[in-house]
Amino acid sequence: MRNKCRNKNLVIGTVLIAFLLGMLLVSFFYLPYPPNKMDSANILAMPSREHLLGTDNFGRDILSRIMKGSWMAFGIGFGAVIIGMTIGVIFGAIAGYFGGWIDELVMRLMDAKMAFPGVILALVMITVFGNGIGNMILALGIMAIPRFCRITRTGFMQIKEMEYIKAAKSRGISDFRIMVFHILPNLSSSLLVTFTLGISSAILSEAGLSFLGLGIQPPHPSWGRMLFEAQSYLLTDPLYAVVPGIMITILVLGFNLLGDGLRDNLDHRMSQREEKS
Amino acid sequence: MNDHKILMETQELKKYYPVPRKKLFEKKQYVKAVDGLNLKIPKGCTYGLVGESGCGKSTVGQVLAGIYSASEGTVFYEGEALLGLPKEKKKQIRRKIQMIFQDPYSSLNPKKKIGWILEEPLKTSTHLKRQERKQKVIEVLQQVGLDQNYMDKYPNELSGGQRQRVSIAAALLLDPEFIIADEAVSALDVSVQAQILNLLKKLQRERNLTYLFISHNLNVVRFMSDYIGVMYLGHLVEYGTTEEVCDHPLHPYTKALLSSVVDVKDRGEKRIILEGEVPDPVHTPKGCPFHTRCSQVKECCKEEKPEWNMEKENHAVWCHNLRGEK
Repeated sequence: MRNKCRNKNLVIGTVLIAFLLGMLLVSFFYLPYPPNKMDSANILAMPSREHLLGTDNFGRDILSRIMKGSWMAFGIGFGAVIIGMTIGVIFGAIAGYFGGWIDELVMRLMDAKMAFPGVILALVMITVFGNGIGNMILALGIMAIPRFCRITRTGFMQIKEMEYIKAAKSRGISDFRIMVFHILPNLSSSLLVTFTLGISSAILSEAGLSFLGLGIQPPHPSWGRMLFEAQSYLLTDPLYAVVPGIMITILVLGFNLLGDGLRDNLDHRMSQREEKS
Repeated sequence: MNDHKILMETQELKKYYPVPRKKLFEKKQYVKAVDGLNLKIPKGCTYGLVGESGCGKSTVGQVLAGIYSASEGTVFYEGEALLGLPKEKKKQIRRKIQMIFQDPYSSLNPKKKIGWILEEPLKTSTHLKRQERKQKVIEVLQQVGLDQNYMDKYPNELSGGQRQRVSIAAALLLDPEFIIADEAVSALDVSVQAQILNLLKKLQRERNLTYLFISHNLNVVRFMSDYIGVMYLGHLVEYGTTEEVCDHPLHPYTKALLSSVVDVKDRGEKRIILEGEVPDPVHTPKGCPFHTRCSQVKECCKEEKPEWNMEKENHAVWCHNLRGEK
């Protein structure tokens, strides 16, 4: 019974993400309309055969913009988390492996980073370095560093005390090789979980920033931006706001469920392994 | 046996671990895991190190294997002090010293195939080509009684005994001269223990290896060793040839240890049962470390550290009680 509940998370998450990935894939080959093409005769149209989800205040096809917007969502999500993971894992590995004052220094840096509300940091970065997709990804990436750093550090601290690490040391393997080839592979599963959860929070922040008008600049289609633009027409044309809102929800929910499901699956496997030995 | 060359020697070896401070301005305290140890390990022999849990015997092994560095004291290998050697030279010597670990379940990386684990030291420490490395791995696997099919297996597919064979193979790969076996059989079933011990003996004959055999199990040590050293609370308290130490124990601790060994034949001797607990290695007692539990304690034991008494050529004891009797 409990097993089924676990799988439910994973299954629903996978289905939701697969749906979005499918949409992303289709958008590479086919979009109903060019996403920035305005049609002044069809402003804020209701769904019809020509425009399945209607049009926005400039007469642009909402479905096309949603599909094109998934590029941005996935690109920013993955880009930011990859930056955050790379930096976080490097710092966490060094802190956890060497310990001592290095550890202290890195962890205080991370504490300082965490004491800063993430959105504020992104705001500051965007104000200082200017508005752009690159800066946005960088800012969201920096926001993701501490969680990766912490999880890597804890993992390294645990695993460096294992006998197989001591054994590797006694065979004269260098610290670098031990960190990369001996310890890191043992953390791959927990990093994967953090990765999926990180993507959803990065995308949520992106949507939030875009909603505030600070993220993706027009005319690039972004779901958060679309929400922002739709808010003036909330009463007259609710669909315009509802569609991107649902997309963001599906994406965040999907990645969260996927992450939770993966983690549960992992814990389950771990406990099974312990029972065996 | 005196004609054997000394392969490994330690002088006043100390290893202190810092205790995390609980208060900000507390004096820094240390766990004295090894507190001034002098070992002489003859070449081609097995030196058994016994003592109860927490007496520092594993720490000795790990310091000698180069996993931890010593706090004080010197380690000599074939007469050369290991400290202060140039890096390249040190690496050369380190290659000759390998270690076998206690727990076969945690001493192999669960994420790596056996072949990868075995091949890695060859990659980093030798210039062998890929094919030669594979050949060498297969050769060593055969020596420990496994075949090349094991190369593609993960550690969790093997039994405890097989894993310990893999650990031994890993230790043998760089053609060492000196192997430290830290409780190498303690985690195994008794029947498997015997197989592994015999394997170790066979390898010793074939490759002229020197062993430092660390164990709390006196029976196993007696079976394996030519010499025995008895450790208590970071100190060596008695050493000598196996027959001398086992048949004529001198130190009260050794006597207690020997009489605690469960024997199939009840010899009707009265068991010596030690009273009290091992003192905390942070606050080690003044004088002889054993005086808190010793049955023959005298006044001087509480104040001064004892000195070594050479009882016979191959038998020495670190105790106040034997001074003056001879």
